Amino acid sequence: MTDLPEYQRIACLGGIYSNYLALQSALQDIERRQVDAIFCLGDLGAFGPYPDHVFPLIKEYQVQCLQGNYDDSIGNQLDDCQCGYTDARDNYFAQISYDYTLANTSKQNRELLKQFPPQVRLQLGDLRVLLCHGSPRKVNEFLWESTTSTHFLDSQCSQYQTDVIATTHTGIKWQRMLHPKKHFVNVGAIGRPENDGQTNVWYTIMENRQGQFQVEFIPVQYDYEKLAFEIRQEGLPDEFAEAVETGWWTTCLEILPAKERKAGTF
Amino acid sequence: MQQSSDPINQPISQAPEVNLNHLDQLWFQVAGTRCNLACDHCFISCHPKNFSFGFLSLQEIRKRLEESVALGVKEYYFTGGEPFLNPEMTEILLEALRYGPATVLTNGTVLKRQWLQRLQEAAETSIFSLEFRVSIDGFSAAQNDPIRGEGSFDRALKGVSDLVVFGFLPIITAVRTWNPADDTKVINGFKQVLSEVGYQRPRLKILPTLQIGAETKRTQGYTATERVTESMMSDYDASLLICNHSRIVSDRGVHVCPILIESPDALLSQTLADSQKPFALRHGACLTCYQYGAICSNSSGKTPERKLPVLPGKPALLDESNPSSA
Repeated sequence: MTDLPEYQRIACLGGIYSNYLALQSALQDIERRQVDAIFCLGDLGAFGPYPDHVFPLIKEYQVQCLQGNYDDSIGNQLDDCQCGYTDARDNYFAQISYDYTLANTSKQNRELLKQFPPQVRLQLGDLRVLLCHGSPRKVNEFLWESTTSTHFLDSQCSQYQTDVIATTHTGIKWQRMLHPKKHFVNVGAIGRPENDGQTNVWYTIMENRQGQFQVEFIPVQYDYEKLAFEIRQEGLPDEFAEAVETGWWTTCLEILPAKERKAGTF
Repeated sequence: MQQSSDPINQPISQAPEVNLNHLDQLWFQVAGTRCNLACDHCFISCHPKNFSFGFLSLQEIRKRLEESVALGVKEYYFTGGEPFLNPEMTEILLEALRYGPATVLTNGTVLKRQWLQRLQEAAETSIFSLEFRVSIDGFSAAQNDPIRGEGSFDRALKGVSDLVVFGFLPIITAVRTWNPADDTKVINGFKQVLSEVGYQRPRLKILPTLQIGAETKRTQGYTATERVTESMMSDYDASLLICNHSRIVSDRGVHVCPILIESPDALLSQTLADSQKPFALRHGACLTCYQYGAICSNSSGKTPERKLPVLPGKPALLDESNPSSA
């Protein structure tokens, strides 16, 4: 039908943010669920400790990675993470996170990050799928559920000639059916909980068999106490540890729209 | 130093052009130029008797919302004047939320609880955000009222308090009319006073002044040399400019941006589809937009400033390090 790789059932991870413990739990869970392929939609590093710990897992489980804004920055040793924050406090914490991650990512792994493609196209059953980090048009665009109209997403599907757009970047999962044969999916983030007071993180399985497109968001429990301990041990801000312990975002939240922000406590 | 005599500022030729990349934000000059306040720094000189632009009706808004679907508009913004002087404002916001996310820019002084009750119900059932942006230009009546009018601080604060009661998290926008060195003091002052009226996690957005409209009398207009040049656009992310991703509807037609509606060259067309043409950055206000970027978007925080190349004219004012300019 096309030259694109064809699948029926894929797992998508987003925003690992150096949370190798959650990644390990997620990958073990995925292994039990029998998928055709595993994709990471970018941002391997950020708030967490020991960024190099992520890479052996990516290799072991043959995760196909996209290049997020963070990966572009670390790979090319840029000055900042290009996360797209506008608030001074958000940028302050983002810079601490970035400087640590850059200093602790090996040269070999930086080279790997440079080679990741920014987008991947594939065929899922009879649907064309575009995997990207922020949006099809911009790697660090925040597509929040509450600030993205349906006809905007529809226009993006037309412009980029795809039936399904899958992203991460915001760190909060959501999906919307645009038409019976057009869908948008934010696959969530493995790296930190999604500001709902729960300590678990999320990944996504997308399946399309006999024309039935299904999205399943999978919660992942992991040893968040160990992660919080290591965050503190590495001298990273207590706010980062607090977010994984409580499930409430403590930093990088000024960018949240009203609806998503109201769900949190800060 | 040559001073512009035209309150809109005289356009210059040979200005760089910016293409509309995609119509992400559709704005509505929903209250025309009518406002119950007459702020000293208003960039379109709105006041109670400024009828130069009229209200937009619910019927007109409906037509434009429908027109916007085919263009893939991402979100909708409503401004004035004071939007809530428009008697159909509540209905307009309810209608907009059926199409996408909506933001209304208000001075917060005329909000009625029965309106907020209806809007709260709509906001809670919609999948889209309804954002309120409330303009307050200081954390005390002493700082705010000389600019926005006697009693406006207390009334706006009451509006914020009511919005919080009805479950909204308004973005408080303040035009920086103080010495930039006092930013931290002002932000902390805002947090304190907002906390006292029940707003425990305020969202603040600090904006630069736009030296057009009433502001030209309060301080001064742009000089003829304060313009964006072709060379300044090289290596510049044009998506920071609102004309790259927005248009605004008034009762006269479709204009390039909310800042320049009074400028004849900013009226682009009668339809949204026809407004998708390049715009030349001829105006002094374009320089402020260039310098700060995203000043009209909802992102809270202190808008980051982009350093300008050294230009002839008013270097002290450009880097806002001169408190006497305010």
